[in-house]
Amino acid sequence: MRKGIFKNPMRRWGWLFLGPVTICFVIGFVWPFFQGIYLSFCKFKLINRATWIGFGNYAKALSDPSFLHAFWYTALFAIVSLLLINILGFAVAYALTQGIKGSNLYRTVFFMPNLIGGIVLGYIWSMIFDGILSRYSTSILLNANYGFWGLIILMCWQQIGYVMIIYIAGLQAVPEDMLEAAKIDGATKAQTLFRVTIPNVMPSITICTFLTLTNGFKLFDQNLALTGGQPFLIQPDGTSVKTTEMLALNIYNTFYTASSSSKGVAQAKAVLFFILVAGLGLLQLWYTRKREVQQ
Amino acid sequence: MGNRLSLRSEKRSKMILSIVLAVICVIYVLPVVMVALNSFKLNTYVKTDTFALPTGEMWAGIQNFEKGVTFGNYPFWNSVLYSTVITLLSTGMILLFTSMAAWYIARVNSLVCKAIYYLCVFSMVVPFQMVMYTLSQTADSLSLNTPWTIPIVYLGFGAGLAIFMFAGFVKSIPLEIEEAGSIDGCNTVRMFFSVVFPMLKPTMISVGILEIMWIWNDYLLPYLVLDINLYRTIPIHIQYLKGSYGTVDLGATMALILMSIIPVIVFYLACQKHIIKGVAAGAVKG
Repeated sequence: MRKGIFKNPMRRWGWLFLGPVTICFVIGFVWPFFQGIYLSFCKFKLINRATWIGFGNYAKALSDPSFLHAFWYTALFAIVSLLLINILGFAVAYALTQGIKGSNLYRTVFFMPNLIGGIVLGYIWSMIFDGILSRYSTSILLNANYGFWGLIILMCWQQIGYVMIIYIAGLQAVPEDMLEAAKIDGATKAQTLFRVTIPNVMPSITICTFLTLTNGFKLFDQNLALTGGQPFLIQPDGTSVKTTEMLALNIYNTFYTASSSSKGVAQAKAVLFFILVAGLGLLQLWYTRKREVQQ
Repeated sequence: MGNRLSLRSEKRSKMILSIVLAVICVIYVLPVVMVALNSFKLNTYVKTDTFALPTGEMWAGIQNFEKGVTFGNYPFWNSVLYSTVITLLSTGMILLFTSMAAWYIARVNSLVCKAIYYLCVFSMVVPFQMVMYTLSQTADSLSLNTPWTIPIVYLGFGAGLAIFMFAGFVKSIPLEIEEAGSIDGCNTVRMFFSVVFPMLKPTMISVGILEIMWIWNDYLLPYLVLDINLYRTIPIHIQYLKGSYGTVDLGATMALILMSIIPVIVFYLACQKHIIKGVAAGAVKG
């Protein structure tokens, strides 16, 4: 019956409802995506003069020391930032749900950095770090360790407020009677936290974990603005590795600043990057589904 | 007795917690305060006396701001204008067209609809670097390199999350409302604009805020797509100033940064409830 009323008159308008999005979606995503996969198997300087070379670009990408360095650097960064942001974000969210005066004000302040763009954030923090380090006559651009921890501090400052919002929502949904029951049974605060509260906010923890992990892997603007990959390390063979360069920036640099014949290699790196990030996304989907089935 | 004791210790622990939070709060605001302080400092003192108040000989007055707006041979107000145009136009187009498409997809169960929907969901996990080069070349060959045409690119690349969120919401609207409309003689177009569209308001706000936050702060996409000599958004402009090494006036840069984050903070304080709700909704679904 439903179809009898709806199906026919609506379908006549399909072109109007789907048309604009479909055209733009093809221009902005579908065509570039498939062309990108095709070009990763080609040698090219200009898109319309590409010659098929098979897996050569992938072999070159995987043997490029700067790409491998960027991969391990990014992975390390993603894991360290994941741990710090989630632990601190959860702690702040937990503190703010204890009924302290001014909780709303704190929440507002902690979330604020999320509104500021990555490029601007990078410059604000590079000024602050250099202001501190110049007293010891050094700079964030001179030491790879400073660059790493500087970026970690920046990302904590930005993302703690973000995961805090999600954790607060999760904490507020923990059933009150469960906490009450734990209290009556004589559980200490720590016991209640680890045995009752945390198991109940597991869905939020899953979301935030994957969110910070993929954000860490995809990071670009902040990396570019804070250090831009400096300091550079000259290899014995004359090439240089940018010590604080992450994956996204490495792909960008391979496209636009390395020799123009390396565009195919850059596109192959981009496909590998896509597989990595999409794999994390699928892992999250699978993990969330599994939990939902269990519950 | 024991009860009163535990009450008192709880009160004390709450107070300690309040103090700790207040301290963190101050640390959190500090970077923005530093920007404000340094935007009034003469260039040479920004690096040497970053944490000092801009007093005495360090004081630059509004000189930094005057210098900042004409800095880098590009008028700052132009980049404010282009950022605004691009953000509003793109967000408007995304809200209108993706809500139309999402309603149609949720109500018509055809193969085309399913294909578009799953492609959209798929596009959410694709990082921008994957399509960066080919997208900028495609946009270039179609002459989409102006602030008035780049919304087409944003609509295309950003459609995924918006369609996903709208379709999820439409599925929760009972069909009976639309059936009543069609019995009253509403055709499909009127049905959408006068019956469905007003009901989508909460999701509109969430999606709108997510898109505004993304597009206003986006750097790489407009940098690669726009004709940079003519059109620069605020992030592109700021990156350009820093890119020309050695000659950068840090005081003036801080003045520009201050001018570009003040409207954002005002916007945030004005609609923070919606922003926090929208972000939470987007995170949970995305």
